[in-house]
Amino acid sequence: MTDATLNPVSNRGPRARFNLEAWVMRGGIAIAGLFLIVAVILPLYAMLSKSFEDKDGAFIGLTNYVAYFDTPSLSYSISNSLTVSIVATIIVITLAFAYAYAITRTCMRFKGFFRLVALVPILAPSLLPGISFIYMFGKKGFMRELLMGEPIYGFIGIVLGSSFWTFPHALLIMITALSLSDARLYEAAEALRASKLRTFFTVTLPGAKYGVISAIFVVFTLVITDFGVPKVIGGQYSVLATDIYKQVIGQQNFQMGAVVSVMLLIPAVLAFTVDRLVQRRQVALLSARAVPYAPKPSRGRDIGALIFCSVMAGMLLLVLGVAAYASLVKFWPYNLSLGFTHYNFEIMDGGGWGAWFNSMKMAGLTALIGTTLVFTVAYLVEKGQDARFGRVVIQAMAMVPLAVPGMVLGLAYIFFFNNPANPLNGIYATMAILVLSTVAHFYTVAHLTAVTALKQIDGEFESVSSSLKVPFWTTFRRVTVPVCQPAIFSMAVYLFMNAMTTVSAVVFLYSPDTNLASVAVMNMDDAGDIAPAAAMAMMIVYTNLTVVLIYGLLSRLVEKRTQAWRQR
Amino acid sequence: MSGSAPYLRLQGVSKSFGSFTALQDIALDVHEGEFVCFLGPSGCGKTTLLRIIAGLEIQSAGQITQAGVDISALPPSQRDFGIVFQSYALFPNLNVNRNVAYGLENAGSARAATAQRVEELLALVGLPDQGTKYPAQLSGGQQQRVALARALAMSPGLLLLDEPLSALDAQVRGHLRHEIKSLQRRLGVTTIMVTHDQEEALTMADRIVVMDHGVVEQVGTPLEIYREPVSPFVANFIGTMNQLPCEVNGTGGVKLGVLSIACQDHSVESGASAILAIRPEDVIPHGAGARSPGAPDIIETPGNTFDARIEDMEFLGSFFRAELSGQVLGEAHLLADFSINAVRRMGLETGKELTVELPAERVRVYAGTAV
Ligand SMILES: Nc1ncnc2c1ncn2[C@@H]1O[C@H](COP(=O)(O)OP(=O)(O)O)[C@@H](O)[C@H]1O
Ligand SMILES: [Mg+2]
Repeated sequence: MTDATLNPVSNRGPRARFNLEAWVMRGGIAIAGLFLIVAVILPLYAMLSKSFEDKDGAFIGLTNYVAYFDTPSLSYSISNSLTVSIVATIIVITLAFAYAYAITRTCMRFKGFFRLVALVPILAPSLLPGISFIYMFGKKGFMRELLMGEPIYGFIGIVLGSSFWTFPHALLIMITALSLSDARLYEAAEALRASKLRTFFTVTLPGAKYGVISAIFVVFTLVITDFGVPKVIGGQYSVLATDIYKQVIGQQNFQMGAVVSVMLLIPAVLAFTVDRLVQRRQVALLSARAVPYAPKPSRGRDIGALIFCSVMAGMLLLVLGVAAYASLVKFWPYNLSLGFTHYNFEIMDGGGWGAWFNSMKMAGLTALIGTTLVFTVAYLVEKGQDARFGRVVIQAMAMVPLAVPGMVLGLAYIFFFNNPANPLNGIYATMAILVLSTVAHFYTVAHLTAVTALKQIDGEFESVSSSLKVPFWTTFRRVTVPVCQPAIFSMAVYLFMNAMTTVSAVVFLYSPDTNLASVAVMNMDDAGDIAPAAAMAMMIVYTNLTVVLIYGLLSRLVEKRTQAWRQR
Repeated sequence: MSGSAPYLRLQGVSKSFGSFTALQDIALDVHEGEFVCFLGPSGCGKTTLLRIIAGLEIQSAGQITQAGVDISALPPSQRDFGIVFQSYALFPNLNVNRNVAYGLENAGSARAATAQRVEELLALVGLPDQGTKYPAQLSGGQQQRVALARALAMSPGLLLLDEPLSALDAQVRGHLRHEIKSLQRRLGVTTIMVTHDQEEALTMADRIVVMDHGVVEQVGTPLEIYREPVSPFVANFIGTMNQLPCEVNGTGGVKLGVLSIACQDHSVESGASAILAIRPEDVIPHGAGARSPGAPDIIETPGNTFDARIEDMEFLGSFFRAELSGQVLGEAHLLADFSINAVRRMGLETGKELTVELPAERVRVYAGTAV
């Protein structure tokens, strides 16, 4: 029956005729792939190969690595980095779990307020908690007695500062995990007369398991790759992220910088991979018929939760408040009268108000270009029909930035773009490279947001439009973008806020003409101008706060305008 | 059908996804103005075949001609069809008017002409005055009509429908079945509809293409498919069919137990075991002992009759379905549908003995073994 000789028709598939749409689609996919190769893969490759070269660029195998491990002052940072990361992770996970539990599983009052307050650290650069803790626990700190003689500079400071700024990241994941619980399991446990404690360990914890695991990896990665906190408050306690900076900026030893980068890349990539593998197993666990859990009032538990959350929120606000207050105080701790003298950045090193304007420009461009680019690429990958291999490769490359620490990316950009042989050499030390590196740095989360939104819309829009002779780009503009507009807004805000606060990648890439606010905070702090540093950090907070408020207003407005067709 | 060239012709169409063969060597002619249904169980390749006709999927081998033009390699945008998906795929941010006008606007037709055409189309599908609503504000059935109007907007030569009614509840479905069919007749547009619902196919199609595991099992009018299924699969998929083990004897008939049965022509060689197939409603009841001389309503020609006993009887609304046992049947049971009238007249009930007849023109024989 299937004998080919009996079949009068050619046995090979037909060759498609020229088709503009298909070529535009393929072209788009090719450009997207090229972009990610240039912005992510090639710089990383340049960085890796640098670690195997000597100063003149000759290949010397593992010599640099041997030298690294022969230098205790360098290799000791590995265990330092691991120690602070693990300790901070344990603290943050415990607190964030309890906080998320109070928000999702109790009838505590003011949940909305507590939820908002907990997100406050996201507005600030990670340099800010360092500065605040110096005011609180430093030599002239008003709470230094609490440390009982221990210095804040070093281990304690890094753990405290890291805990502050990673708390909201852990909290968001935990809230999601704990909200996904199935009320039927609790009913079953109650019917079986399981004790409260037993129910917690047999139902609550396993249900939130994947969320907790994910939060652990996220916090660990954030802490170990962070540069801001250890830079400000690390003192003599060296960690990998600050070592890269010292090697490159302090000693101009780029090869050793590359080696340290690899040392930092390894745990980050490991954490990323394990997390991905674990998360892959979660999908099967969620059943579509799950009934959302609604907590019942329980006086003791609810009051306990309220007290705990009040204390936590109080501490978070205190850290922010100290920076805000310190930036206004004339001369801490001798003259506590208030004024704006520290906001007169022009008289300081660090770039003055220009740095803040540069940051605004950089963040604006990153949000605009980044959102457009990331969303378009995600669209091509999700809705594209052919070039299957290309799309799979792009998907994979889009995940890479999440595993690459900012310091590593920044250094990789130096190696790649500062090479005179590179035709893109011209963007070195310009605004363009700052925007490019920031888009690349925060690519993955924005990409995942776009993909999630795109997956939720009907997969046949493109098919319908081609049957109506409408090219896919028209449907992209008229339907896909408007439908995904909430996701697009949140991508833009995410990119903007991160561009405002980031230090790690851009610290290697800014030039005197393109000074940034976050870098200025670091430089002023370095120069001992800690109050102006606090002032600039607060400027970043105020900027982000304004953007969030505008975002909220705009979202509400658009929601009103589109509620006729948005079903919920 | 007439001798004119078919409007759509598929030859040797195959499709594989990796090592999995989704379609194998499909040949099919569809004539102008015809309503054809692809019918088969879920996963048999109906949607894939429809998408290949639309150009949304490219066949691994084979040729497709539409209106005399080889369209095998054309992208969807260069083919001539309108399509309605199971999900309708209405654009949620555009109101009904803009959805229906979507293709027209892009083709650059004048505003007034577009508006008039949209109005016409909405009247056609029975949705006048709903143009300013958004899809989310419409019921499932209304959304389906909008999708239909949009698919018809560009006056396509071929209308493709992929399970258009499966997302609707039974009542709306029955109503829309009728409407789509009469709309199609009125417009005379050649239509292919995918469905896994036999009733839908039987009531709507001019011709049905029964598919299974990526191959076409049978093509024919609903009556042909129902009356003369070419295989046990088709027989079972459409309606209910008794399948009894039998053996082909030298005369072209079969032996059921000890009884010789005359049947329709078949191609099973004599001596081979085979499947005797008959639909429950084709089984004719007679009074008990009608075969024996002297019985009150004796059968003149006692061929194809045997004695049986009612093991169980179920009332199915307009008729009774009885489960019969008998010596001739061996272990097997025979399902038979009796009219309410016959049941009352003959006093049929569980445990009752009777004589049944399997009319030769309704008995079909297939190769294979009944399970
Ligand atoms: N893109 C694809 N990749 C791999 N397998 C596919 C793809 N599309 C369909 N199939 C497979 O081909 C078979 C036929 O699918 P489909 O045409 O959708 O069936 P039907 O519409 O009859 O239910 C199924 O087994 C399905 O899993
Ligand atoms: Mg299907």
